[in-house]
Amino acid sequence: MNKLEAKDVNLHYGEKHALKGISMGIKANSVTAFIGPSGCGKSTFLRCFNRMNDLIDNCRVEGEILIDGRDIYKNRINVVDHRKKIGMVFQKPNPFPKSIYENVAYGLRINGISHKKYLDETVEKSLRQAALWDEVKDDLKKSALALSGGQQQRLCIARTLAVEPSVILMDEPASALDPISTAKIEELIHDLKDRYTIVIVTHNMQQAARVSDNTAFFYLGELIEYDETSNIFTNPAKEATQNYVTGRFG
Amino acid sequence: MNNARKNEIKDNAFKVFALVCTSVGLIVLGLLLYNIISVGLTRINWDFITNLPSRRPGKAGIYTALLGMIWVVTLTLIISFPIGIGAGVYLEEYGKKNPFAKFIEINIANLAGVPSIIYGILGLELFGRLLALGNSILAASLTLSLLVLPIVIVATREAVKAVPGSLREASYGLGATRWQTISRIVLPASFGSILTGLILAVSRAVGETAPLIVVGALVYVPFAPKTPMDQFTVLPIQIFNWTSRPQSGFVVNAAAAIIILLMFVFILNGFAVFLRNRHNRRVKY
Ligand SMILES: Nc1ncnc2c1ncn2[C@@H]1O[C@H](COP(=O)(O)OP(=O)(O)OP(=O)(O)O)[C@@H](O)[C@H]1O
Ligand SMILES: [Mg+2]
Repeated sequence: MNKLEAKDVNLHYGEKHALKGISMGIKANSVTAFIGPSGCGKSTFLRCFNRMNDLIDNCRVEGEILIDGRDIYKNRINVVDHRKKIGMVFQKPNPFPKSIYENVAYGLRINGISHKKYLDETVEKSLRQAALWDEVKDDLKKSALALSGGQQQRLCIARTLAVEPSVILMDEPASALDPISTAKIEELIHDLKDRYTIVIVTHNMQQAARVSDNTAFFYLGELIEYDETSNIFTNPAKEATQNYVTGRFG
Repeated sequence: MNNARKNEIKDNAFKVFALVCTSVGLIVLGLLLYNIISVGLTRINWDFITNLPSRRPGKAGIYTALLGMIWVVTLTLIISFPIGIGAGVYLEEYGKKNPFAKFIEINIANLAGVPSIIYGILGLELFGRLLALGNSILAASLTLSLLVLPIVIVATREAVKAVPGSLREASYGLGATRWQTISRIVLPASFGSILTGLILAVSRAVGETAPLIVVGALVYVPFAPKTPMDQFTVLPIQIFNWTSRPQSGFVVNAAAAIIILLMFVFILNGFAVFLRNRHNRRVKY
């Protein structure tokens, strides 16, 4: 069974038809890259998996999105509980205006966990996983806003890992980062694969090729091609994909 | 004369114009302050603050007016802040963005511009007569609460609106409920600006006279108020009363009371600026 499954998903922002009949399955413990030109609906589709689009007025979703075989757009599902299982890292680092420690502990605290030792351990573990521990271990009480952009993004990843989701959605997590931070995040994605199912949106073809097992190419709200990454980059079935990955348009 | 030279002259002319405008305001304010301080400063001493009103200017003090003001303002805060902040948060975070909400929004902004005497009349009818609170501190506080509510609501909305959506998304993304997001992320992040709005509301309440006169604040209160149902007077009314007396001693008293009222307002405003700066340094997003 696929970890994530979309069946004929259509999404409208008011009049605008942003996603057109998208169906795809994503296996557990894999890394899937979404690529495609700006405005083609990658973020929109990604946000369907944790129902982030609910926050936008006049956004309408049709079709089914299944996680572990359960349709998350059915009425009976509890959105809040659902979002705990689906972590999300955003394009722009968005740490809370709180200390580094409190940023990572946030997801636990909102679940009513206040046991100091447990919080300490989880914060350390999460920061280690996000490859940030060594840089911040001496000033966990410092404001997260004082960190560099790359550090902030890794903090956001640590914050997501702390609640132990089973899926992590990343929307261009490295787009604002320098090559060293980017490399760190790619390494991290590689390490996390054993335990998480990861979906990553990226504009960087090399990055998609480096980190992902499968790649989906979107164009104007449609899923054009979805296959193993090696096929997409070396032997795509569609001409549009070929043109995009070789940089001839987009 | 070439173009650059012309622009330079225009530039300088405008600079001088702006400087003159600023100076006019500052000079007038400075003269007023100087006048008041030179008349009233020597009159301020501990007795002046703790004495009850009297027919003899030398013995009269502002104790009841000061206490009345503190009572009225404190009660106004207690009533208006929870309601105003709650309403502001509701409108911004929960309320649907439909034409009705727009209508309410515009009207709240309009309410902030309604002359305060109108609030006085409303308070007199509604609280004084209908609810039979008479000319008590409570009636006055409720009236002033109506008056400052639009300020509090608008300030809260602006502050909440300024919190970037990305922070809310991060919170929701971690599985927070709406209330958790509001109470743990949105309100702390907007705390500084809300506080600034609140203190401006207090300054407004401190300086209001007209609605209190309509509601029935007394001019002469020989006792200090002890409960919210007591009758009262406030500093601006005391000042107004003293300035209309013929004896010159009362003019000195009025000047002294004005200094104290001004100090009150300056301290509040200074506190607001301090809090905002400190908050902005801590929380920038
Ligand atoms: N909140 C919104 N309201 C209305 N239209 C929106 C909204 N968000 C996105 N859209 C539209 O939906 C389409 C898809 O947007 P989306 O953000 O998913 O693109 P994207 O593939 O992530 O692009 P990028 O690579 O630039 O991030 C765009 O045409 C955009 O204008
Ligand atoms: Mg996007």
